[in-house]
This record gives sequence, C-alpha cells and structure tokens, in this order.
Amino acid sequence: MSYNPWVWFAAFLTLCTFSFLWRDNPFYKFAEHLFVGVSVGYTISILYHNSFMPRVWEPIVTNHQYYVLLPTLLGLLAFAIFFKKISWLIRYPIAFIMGSTCGISIPRSFEGYIFKHTQSTITAISPGLPPFLLISNIIMVIGVITTLLYFYFSLEHKGVMGKVANVGIWYIMLAFGASFGYTVMARVSLLIGRLQFLLHDWLGVIK
Amino acid sequence: MNIWEKMMDIDRRWIYLLVGICVLIPLIRPVGLPTFTTPYTQALFDYIDKIPPDGSAILISFDFDPATAPELLPMAQAILRHCFFKDINVLCLGLYPTYIGMIDMALSNVKDDYEAKSGEDFVFLPYVPGVTAVMLSIGEDIKRTFGRDYYGVPLDSLPMMRHIRNYDDIALVLSISGTQLPREWAVLVGTTYHVRVGVGTTAVSAAEFYTFLQTGQFVGMLGGLKGAAEYENLIHAKGYTKKDTRKVASMGMDAQSFVHMLMIVLIVIGNIAYFNIRKKKAR
Repeated sequence: MSYNPWVWFAAFLTLCTFSFLWRDNPFYKFAEHLFVGVSVGYTISILYHNSFMPRVWEPIVTNHQYYVLLPTLLGLLAFAIFFKKISWLIRYPIAFIMGSTCGISIPRSFEGYIFKHTQSTITAISPGLPPFLLISNIIMVIGVITTLLYFYFSLEHKGVMGKVANVGIWYIMLAFGASFGYTVMARVSLLIGRLQFLLHDWLGVIK
Repeated sequence: MNIWEKMMDIDRRWIYLLVGICVLIPLIRPVGLPTFTTPYTQALFDYIDKIPPDGSAILISFDFDPATAPELLPMAQAILRHCFFKDINVLCLGLYPTYIGMIDMALSNVKDDYEAKSGEDFVFLPYVPGVTAVMLSIGEDIKRTFGRDYYGVPLDSLPMMRHIRNYDDIALVLSISGTQLPREWAVLVGTTYHVRVGVGTTAVSAAEFYTFLQTGQFVGMLGGLKGAAEYENLIHAKGYTKKDTRKVASMGMDAQSFVHMLMIVLIVIGNIAYFNIRKKKAR
C-alpha cells in the first residue's frame, strides 16, 4: 500500500468520481468542481510562464521590441466583449484569426483531404495487387460510390438509385458499428487505467 | 412480466457491477490471452526502428491530456523507450497547455531507465500558443519558434539541437492524440513539408484514421490500448526494455477481452429480449 499522501488523495478522487455510477452525490460534485478549478488554474499558470512572460513581457519590457505591442493590442481586443460600448472591437481579432486560418487551411485541406483521398480511391483497383487486397479495395470503392450516392438528394431514392442508396446505408451502418466497437474499447481502457492505479499504485495488490 | 421483459427493465447498475468484475478479476489474476500485432503497428515500429541513431529526430506531439492518458500514456512511454534504446533524438511537443503535463509524466517514467538526458537525447519543448501557426512555424525554424526548452535553457545551447533546424531534420512526426490533431499534422505538415507522419490514437478515433493509412498519409498507427500493448510487446521482444519494466497496456488486455466478451453476450441477450417482446406485442 502506498505511503504517498498524493496517491491517497488521487485514489479518493477516483472513488468520488466512480460514486456517480450509483447516483449523483456531494462527493462526485466535489471531485468534478475540483477538476474544473485545477484545470483552469493549471492552464493559466502554463499560459503565464510559457506564453505571456517570454512572448509579451520580456520582448516589450526587457528587450524593448515595441513592435510586439501590435499583436498584443490585437489580442487584448478580444476582451472588449466584456464592455458593452466597445464590444464590437472583438471583430478585429476574430477576423484576423478567421482570415489567416482559412488562408492556411483551405489549399492544404483540398490537397490533403480531397485530392489525396480521391486519388487513392481511383488507384485502389489496379492490376498486380494481391488477391485479398484487390477484393478489399473493390469493397471499399463500392462503399465510397454507394455512400456518396446515398447523400445525393437531387434524384429520388427509388428504383436502381434506391437500391444503390440502400447499399450505401449498409456501409454507413457498418461504419457506425465499427465506431461503436472502438468506443466500447476506449471506455473500458479508461476504466482499466483507473483500476490499475487503484490496485497497483494505491493498494499495491498487483504488480 | 416474463424474463425477457424483466431483462429489458434491468437496473443499469447491475451492468456496471458486471463490467467492474470483468475488469477486476483479470487484473488480479491475469490469464495471459495472446495479443497479435496488426500490420499498422508493425509498420510504425519498423519505420522507427530503421531511423539511424543520433541522425534525424522524431517529433512526438503529445496531443492528449489526463482524460485519455490510460490509453495514450503507455503508447507514448513505449515509443520513448524504443527511441532512447536506439539513441534516436526525440523532440517532445504539446500543442495545448494541459498536454504539457503528459510529457513531463512520460519522460519522468522512462528517462532514468535509459539515462536519457535533456538536451542530448531529448528536448522538451515549451507550450507556445497558436496550434496551426506552431505546426507551420516548425517548418521554418524550431529554435525561432520556441527559443528555449521547457526548463528555460536556450535551444541554441543544446547539443541535440545543433543539427536540427526544421522538418528537413525530422524523420517522423508522431501525433499521439485522442483529438483531430493527427489529421492536421498529416494535412498541414505532411502535405506542405513532405515529412512522414505517424499516429497513436484512442480506440474511439482509430476508425476514422484508417482512410489516412490507406492513402499513405500515415506511416502507421497504434489504435487504443491494444495498439499500445502491441508496441510494448514488440519492443520487449527485441530486448529494448529492462527486465522489470511494467507492460502497463499489455496487463490490461485480459480485462479488455473479458469486457468485450461480456458486451457481446449482453448485446445478443438484449436483441433476443427485444425480438421476443416485439413478437409478444404482435400477438
């Protein structure tokens, strides 16, 4: 069993959180509020030491790099939202962020998301592939086409179109099933992690 | 009310109890069910294994916080062990404030086993705001982007950073994340700077990353606790770990399998109950 008081405190908080499985209670609320408070405090501390001091305070005050004032002022405009009369000023930093992000993202997104994936789907069925891979790729290409057709709404889903769209639904359902299976695996992993902590780090009953 | 109707009305806390038992028993009394290595884990392992010692570095982006640490921390630690054993230089990066603590934890758990030193074997980069801007800025100059390491030492003075300037000197960017950030790494950095990108992700996110593996935008992938366990087994089999190293992820795999079996049984029973009740109502 651990003699570290912080491990005991962490174990107490874990048990407080697990108590929600029974029903909502003050212990759970305590753990939840503490988590939110600590997260915010930790984030502010990191931002202050790693961002504000080396990127704003030191350049302006110590190194006299006054051009840093410009982005600093632009950033400070984000706080204008708290003052009704000048709240419209927040549009400037938002416009800057939106403009720069779109400029950076749009061309690369076309390249990385659309062109690469379309190219990869087109070239998936090519001669010389091992039989199993070829069959897998044919299934994949059928899936892409039928799912895309399911989301094509300018033709009524009747007759051949209806049947093809129906195949698309099957693919979507299978994708949901795979995602759900993975989700179960992920949630169980979190429980395993916490129980390993309780049994190993706290109680010391497992290696 | 017949047995099926009672079953559909069962208190969810009984399910919690069953899940708890299925996790606890195999953790206390491990069964040792086998875990097989998937091709994507093997591909990532092989890629890292071929990086020459003290040559190009690996940039590990710790894109996770404590909420997903049980899955992702064992992965990060296994990769750090691999790199430190092979003398591959590692750059550790966190793109959000809460991710920084994860780097600290992973390094603390691993570095002493390999006598890895800050500035020589790894560099812990500090938090710098502006996720996309940071990703792209590394492509220009790492030293200008960060200035100092997490401990406040100027990057210029670190021996490891003498031959590392930007993505040209990085053999692999590895994003360990339960978020969309691996996609950003692949699309923004992989596409622009032609650097290879790998991913270690939570099981929830794994399904959506398979398309990026198929396009070749990811070198390989570790998916969830299983991916971490596979990687642990690979480095253990190669003798890259110490004898007393805890295989955290592998130890959880028995429990994982037990709960999956329970879930399958519950889904089958639930469906039988549903169809029986529907049949009864139709009468």
